Amino acid sequence: MNKPLERIFNGLVKENPTFVLMLGMCPTLAVTTSAINGLGMGISTMVVLIMSNLMISALRKIIPDGVRMPAYIVVVASFVTIVEMLMHAYVTPLYDSLGVYIPLIVVNCIILGRAEAYASKNPVIPSIFDGVGMGLGFTVALTILGMIRELFGAGTLFGMQIMPEAFTPVSILVLAPGAFLVMAVLTALQNKFKAPSATNIKGDDIACGGNCAGCTGRACGANHMAIAEQKAKEALELQEKLKAERAAKAAAKAEADAAKKEGKTE
Amino acid sequence: MSLILVIITAALVDNVVLSQFYGLCPFLGVSKQVKTAAGMGAAIIFVVTVSSAICSILYDLVLVTFDLTYLKTIVFIIIIAALVQLVEMVLKKVSRPLYVALGVYLPLITTNCCVLGTVLTNVQKEADFITSVCTGLGASLGFTLSIVLMAGVREKLAHNNVTKSFQGMPVVLLSACLMAIAFYGFKSLV
Repeated sequence: MNKPLERIFNGLVKENPTFVLMLGMCPTLAVTTSAINGLGMGISTMVVLIMSNLMISALRKIIPDGVRMPAYIVVVASFVTIVEMLMHAYVTPLYDSLGVYIPLIVVNCIILGRAEAYASKNPVIPSIFDGVGMGLGFTVALTILGMIRELFGAGTLFGMQIMPEAFTPVSILVLAPGAFLVMAVLTALQNKFKAPSATNIKGDDIACGGNCAGCTGRACGANHMAIAEQKAKEALELQEKLKAERAAKAAAKAEADAAKKEGKTE
Repeated sequence: MSLILVIITAALVDNVVLSQFYGLCPFLGVSKQVKTAAGMGAAIIFVVTVSSAICSILYDLVLVTFDLTYLKTIVFIIIIAALVQLVEMVLKKVSRPLYVALGVYLPLITTNCCVLGTVLTNVQKEADFITSVCTGLGASLGFTLSIVLMAGVREKLAHNNVTKSFQGMPVVLLSACLMAIAFYGFKSLV
């Protein structure tokens, strides 16, 4: 498979940021009260992600390693400001309904995560397609969540009446608790059908599931500590096991020696 | 009196995690044990309160004066990043035990939506200095309350027999859902 297509497939399915990596949960749960909000948030995040991946990948040899995080944050914040102004000018209703969550794209783990994990190590073209793939994955996930919540919570889909008149909307789904509920059911279904997800990979007692390959090295200091502790414990156990084995061997040898000696004396 | 009301509103009625969804990553990630959750909460209280104060002053005195309000996102995130770094350095020098206790969590706070979210909401509501600081304090208290409660629930959950599909994240999200319903009851308080 050629590189751009591979990146898009990776973002959309294999490492879907919402369902597989469980990154960027704040906007995922906050703005998905309706399908159109989810779609709008997804697309604006995708634009920022593509632009920041492009910029960071182009500047990857110039940015000094020591200050790369602040540099990335400034790049991302600039693009978020541009997107915010454009949305204010051209799609004001969406701008009003997303509100403070548009500037909060700056602190979305997905964007800084991709910058650190992919764009800072790869050439420009693959980085752009990585942004497209991840952005599409995020957009699809947010739209699906929004559609579920809007369909059952309000009986509509993209603002159109879908459910029959007799249907009573389960209005808790569009309120704050509903976001947690829908996400809980979706992750439970993922577990049920053994779909890959950060929550059912082996070693699931740490938040990210110990999925270090897909990890961005950010926001998981505690996890790293947990992993280090686990490894230290395992190493200690191994050492003790070796020691015990050695002791057992020595004891067996001593016994054999003793038996030999006894044999000689006899 | 109205300031107490502001704190209660920010902490309980508009709880940052359970009704605004700020700071979900640490809420789900660092809530395994009550002790670590409380450490994270303490660090958040400090950073959010101080950054609300600084950002409020800077916004009113510099950004509004020079008509640069469109730069607020960039300015605030840089201030927060610098502040977190500063807090880390000061703590290292002044109080070694506190630094060791909070050390791991401090770098995580820069990218916590809780801080930037609170500061931006303050600016959007055009709150004055004192109200901003109180909102920051209340919001971070609310965050600490919910993350410590969550850690308590998860410590109990560890001893329970959970259905196979719901093990791990789903049952945590379900508990968060129930907590959000409980906090929804505070809506009529103010």
